Amino acid sequence: MIKAILIFNNHGKPRLSKFYEHYTEDTEQQIIRETFHLVSKRDENVCNFLEGGLLIGGSENKLIYRHYATLYFVFCVDSSESELGILDLIQVFVETLDKCFENVCELDLIFHMDKVHNILAEMVMGGMVLETNMSEIITQAEAHNKMEKSEAGIAGAPARAVSAVKNMNLPEMPKNINIGDISIKVPNLPSFK
Amino acid sequence: MALKIVKGSIDRMFDKNLQDLVRGIRNHKEDEAKYISTCIDEIKQELKQDNIAVKANAVCKLTYLQMLGYDVSWAAFNIVEVMSSSKFTYKRIGYLAASQCFHEGTDVIMLTTNQIRKDLSSPNQYDTGVALTGLSCFVTPDLARDLANDIMTLMSHTKPYIRKKAVLIMYKVFLKYPESLRPAFPRLKEKLEDPDPGVQSAAVNVICELARRNPKNYLSLAPLFFKLMTSSTNNWVLIKIIKLFGALTPLEPRLGKKLIEPLTNLIHSTSAMSLLYECVNTVIAVLISLSSGMPNHSASIQLCVQKLRILIEDSDQNLKYLGLLAMSKILKTHPKSVQSHKDLILQCLDDKDESIRLRALDLLYGMVSKKNLMEIVKKLMLHVDKAEGTTYRDELLTKIIDICSQSNYQYITNFEWYISILVELTRLEGTRHGHLIASQMLDVAIRVKAIRGFAVAQMATLLDNAHLLTGNTQRNGICEVLYAAAWICGEFSEYSMQTLEAMLRPKVATLPGHIQAVYVQNAAKLFATVLQKHEGETDSQAAQETSQLLIDRLPLFVQSANLEVQERASCILQLVKYIQKLQQKNVEVAEEVTALFAGELNPVAPKAQKKVPIPEGLDLDAWINEPPSESESEDEKPKVVFAKEEPKHYRSRHTEVDEKELARRREVRKQEQANNPFYIKASPSSQKVYDAPGVEHIPVVQIDLSVPLKVPVLFNCDLYLWLEEERQQKEKAERKKKEKKKKREKRGKGRKADSGPESEEDIRPAHQVDIVTEEMPENALPSDDDDKDPNDPHKALDIDLDKLLADSEKLPVRTHRPEVLKSPAEDRDSKSVPQETKKKRGRGGKEKKEGKEGERKRSKEEKKKKKKHKEVEEELLESQPEEAVQSEETKEAAAPPTSTSAEASDLDFWLSSAPVPPAAAQEVTAPSSAAAVDTSSAAAPESEPDEPKDTEPEDTKSSKHKKKKQKKEKEEKEKKKKKRHHHHHHHGDAGGEDSVQNGTVEEEEPLPVMYIYSLLAENSYIKMVYDIQGNHQDESKVVVSVIFENKSDSFLKSMEFNVLDSLNSKLQRPEGAGPHDSLTVPFQLPPGVSNEARFVFSVQSIVMPQKLKGTLTFIVKSDESSTHEKLDFKLHFTCTSYLITTPCYSDAYAKLLESGDLKGSSLRLEGISMPFHHLLARICFHHHFSVVERIDSCASMYSRSIQGHHVCLLVKTSVFIESKWEESSLLGNVLDEIKQTFSKC
Repeated sequence: MIKAILIFNNHGKPRLSKFYEHYTEDTEQQIIRETFHLVSKRDENVCNFLEGGLLIGGSENKLIYRHYATLYFVFCVDSSESELGILDLIQVFVETLDKCFENVCELDLIFHMDKVHNILAEMVMGGMVLETNMSEIITQAEAHNKMEKSEAGIAGAPARAVSAVKNMNLPEMPKNINIGDISIKVPNLPSFK
Repeated sequence: MALKIVKGSIDRMFDKNLQDLVRGIRNHKEDEAKYISTCIDEIKQELKQDNIAVKANAVCKLTYLQMLGYDVSWAAFNIVEVMSSSKFTYKRIGYLAASQCFHEGTDVIMLTTNQIRKDLSSPNQYDTGVALTGLSCFVTPDLARDLANDIMTLMSHTKPYIRKKAVLIMYKVFLKYPESLRPAFPRLKEKLEDPDPGVQSAAVNVICELARRNPKNYLSLAPLFFKLMTSSTNNWVLIKIIKLFGALTPLEPRLGKKLIEPLTNLIHSTSAMSLLYECVNTVIAVLISLSSGMPNHSASIQLCVQKLRILIEDSDQNLKYLGLLAMSKILKTHPKSVQSHKDLILQCLDDKDESIRLRALDLLYGMVSKKNLMEIVKKLMLHVDKAEGTTYRDELLTKIIDICSQSNYQYITNFEWYISILVELTRLEGTRHGHLIASQMLDVAIRVKAIRGFAVAQMATLLDNAHLLTGNTQRNGICEVLYAAAWICGEFSEYSMQTLEAMLRPKVATLPGHIQAVYVQNAAKLFATVLQKHEGETDSQAAQETSQLLIDRLPLFVQSANLEVQERASCILQLVKYIQKLQQKNVEVAEEVTALFAGELNPVAPKAQKKVPIPEGLDLDAWINEPPSESESEDEKPKVVFAKEEPKHYRSRHTEVDEKELARRREVRKQEQANNPFYIKASPSSQKVYDAPGVEHIPVVQIDLSVPLKVPVLFNCDLYLWLEEERQQKEKAERKKKEKKKKREKRGKGRKADSGPESEEDIRPAHQVDIVTEEMPENALPSDDDDKDPNDPHKALDIDLDKLLADSEKLPVRTHRPEVLKSPAEDRDSKSVPQETKKKRGRGGKEKKEGKEGERKRSKEEKKKKKKHKEVEEELLESQPEEAVQSEETKEAAAPPTSTSAEASDLDFWLSSAPVPPAAAQEVTAPSSAAAVDTSSAAAPESEPDEPKDTEPEDTKSSKHKKKKQKKEKEEKEKKKKKRHHHHHHHGDAGGEDSVQNGTVEEEEPLPVMYIYSLLAENSYIKMVYDIQGNHQDESKVVVSVIFENKSDSFLKSMEFNVLDSLNSKLQRPEGAGPHDSLTVPFQLPPGVSNEARFVFSVQSIVMPQKLKGTLTFIVKSDESSTHEKLDFKLHFTCTSYLITTPCYSDAYAKLLESGDLKGSSLRLEGISMPFHHLLARICFHHHFSVVERIDSCASMYSRSIQGHHVCLLVKTSVFIESKWEESSLLGNVLDEIKQTFSKC
């Protein structure tokens, strides 16, 4: 089981948090802070697994994380998950985001948290891995978008126009803060075909 | 209307959307909280509007704020509103918000039940999908109960997208509503073989999660998983399955034996490290489970260790980490194979990654032996010195202690060395583990009697240098050690009495109270020993000086803030004063004083108290006195408060006094010191941390100025190591006492002079130490049941899935809903219910024969896997046309087509791959005979009273029968066959139960083996055999089970099965497929493997036999090439394939015959020489009949078609068959077929 999925940046700002068990908002924030604290003090070239007394679940659980440029992707899992499998899953997740957002960067995640959630929901459901095949995930996500667009129809047009205008005069919208080299793979790890 | 919408959306575009909110927050970095609170106010306004789009937008923003840590539960109702929007866009927003912030305590959740149910049954698959996703996050027990049935229906949805989500969410439903597990399980199991890989993966996922918590309930699925493991190519699924096997093997070692080979193959072949790693892990689990019984797996161990070494040597830190992790598992059972990699592991201790160092430490724990313990610990001590960061150093410290103390100090050959290590560890700055070291010291000193002298000497040194430990306030963790030191010195004071002074230094008063108390108490013990020692002497000066010392120093403790210290001190002070008086009168008091501390303390096991059995007749829950009335307890309250408050005042007041007092005393002492010629300063070398004003009173005699005052252990570690080597060498050389003496002298120099002469006698090199074991109370119960967590939600899921499913257990169904179309699969499920009943009865009767068909089939498959498939084939071919072939090897016998539940087959049989001995073959009879025996007594009362002829012989028969049964049982016991059956084929059962009524089984010869599958087509690549099955629930459908067997050495894939439909019979294709499209066979076949697929056909008329032409296309993939191949076949739907074995009671049968609706026809079979019961069994087996009753050589039989036609047969004296049927043409055809069957033999 996956207990939680967290994305935060190098400063510990949460970009996405998904808890598959209930915690109060305060505890959630505490967990995010604690996790950030643990993960951020680790060097780049150490292993991606962490254990230790956490608020979340205790000793049975592991933190498995990856660091891409400005973002940390952290999965908290229990012993029924394969460590290397989850590492690959994170890779699949990031690559999927990259495809869906066309060259994903932190800003995409900041402004479209809901979309990231929807993509994630096609991958992990209720803490269990639903789909590991990237093209399948993308297909579903696109089908969702299509439905959304068809529902918006004419009525949605003005809103879209306004949001385009809003984005135009946005000085802080550079797309160049790329999420980093997503092709850094753990060698020999093509878990999913 | 359209205008209104546009107007609404124009209004809307000036609302803030999520992007605006995020942007706003980023622009208000300095007053974020304030900005957000205004935003929340806006959102509240938006939520009040009627426009659902505005609401959805607001809810979307709330979801973002929730992530930032804002409580949004106040908007729960609005979230429900948005969830119930008809538009997918909004619905999704609503469900997302709900999944983020709803939980079991959210009260509006109960409003959502109907909405969710509506969404689940929505025609739009994405609505359903979104609802499932959301529900997976906030499902409550109520929701689970109400929706379980809906979700179960979705598990058979046409879209794989929905199926996989429905399957996955079932796990959450099980957790919240455990009652749903048993009714839903058959279908879940079915999904393991779903054609869609996603659904399959989801099912594997769920079952793995379930099985991980309660593995024993899922052992029976092992064959199925085994099949999946050998056929699946999805690494994710493989990993899950392999992990599951890892959990199952400890329960069933035989499973492990089976697994080793395929796992080893995977290890060699896979390129995915994740898979390789899990394989290695499971092989390790297997080896652990086998460790006792199977010594011949050294090759597998070597393979694992070798692969792990590669992982550990990899530059990738992740692999290194996991390699070490897995290595530690091997270590437990095969320490030798790991120990050869000690170099590698010690190397990992130097790794820059802390996680890796910790893992390496774990490994070291298991790698120590008597030989290398000292060396390893030495290395660790070096790391302790180097380690930066207290956490890692503390970890090292605990590890050192763990390593040394494991299994009752098994590996320690020299306890002096160990004590020295402990003493050295006390020098660690800022460690939290003072108490750990202390308890080790106590434990060793108490339990290893021979070491006490040495321990006391060391402890005395520690006490003497207590300032080193307490000098820094940060170090207070370590001063716990002084507790142990003081206690050891006092308790074993006969070894050394010099420490009394050190224990009464004024500086002691700065230690924590509980330590001071121990100091005071043990000072008294020491005093007692000193008295005793000097008793006999004429000169009583020494004893009197000691008394004086105590009387001088104790007042300091009498003033202590700590009650315990104060109390003990004042008590002892008075005692000493009294003793002093007596001493002056020259009265001998030593004996009385020693008596105060007489007796030995023994170690007590930590659980000892818990294990004290409750004496008989003692009821711990009963009141001894009636509980006091409430008014009384109220009276007492103020008292409690008072008692609580008192010590507080006391303490705070006292600390003040203490400090003043201390300062004053310090001054006084300085003065005194300056003037007193008896006090000297301690040697300069130890003065670094020394607190100048706190200089202690060190009696001149005891200071050897030539030896610097220093904790003498720094070099001890090496010294002992060297000694150990020396000792080993010496043992080899068999040298004697001279050498020993030399060494003792050496050591004597090395150690501090004051360590006393007593310790010398136990320095004998090869310590023969008796380690006192911990005491347990008499009659202690050996149970260790305290490690289970009663709150584990998975406990509720510990459900026996093989048990009968009672009506009351069925999932609640809402009756007013239109009934969902039942798939054949579903029918099979419901059918398995009565089947299971029978099985249960069968077990009660201890009969073990039914279900063998399943076993046989399984064994057949196994054989194939073992690459004996050619042989098998030949035999199969033989057994088809000539069914009378009485092969001794029962394993070749095949099963009648099985329902899915029967598919899992008999685990035990699957596991025991050995061929069944011939004796067993004899017992394998046709289904009827077996079931007949065990239910005979139960069925007897049901027999018709209006047939008096039958009843009498029946009774006698059945009693004979019982005898025979018992006999059989005995035989079976002797053979010690452990075969149990889990599943029955319903043919067998039904036929069996009926014949039971008549008790016909007697005197029967063993029945020949029968094979139900008939050949469909065959070429050099593939062979197909098939069987056709109908069922009652659906009168227009039959299921064709086809077993595909790969005969080639190549991989067969992309198999497509197609049949040319006739008007009457059509292959059921998935929705959307054209009438000529072929069906993909949901698996691939590696060489030598066979697998079964089922195809559903719809039929209209069943009165005529049918032949359908079909083709199987597939790709043969060998190393170099792949070719497209085709195989034509003819699928023969006989009339018997539309018959279903249905039990019928003789009264019902009689009525049926009387009714006159049936038409008759008869058939004479010529030249049949087989025994009558063989004939009956054959008809039962091949033509789906069941015996209603049998009288001598005349039997009536019954069957029913899928469309409900009754068929009655009267079989007489083995040659004449008379039959009746409602449908005459059908009847004629069936008779023809029967004739054909018998003409073959």
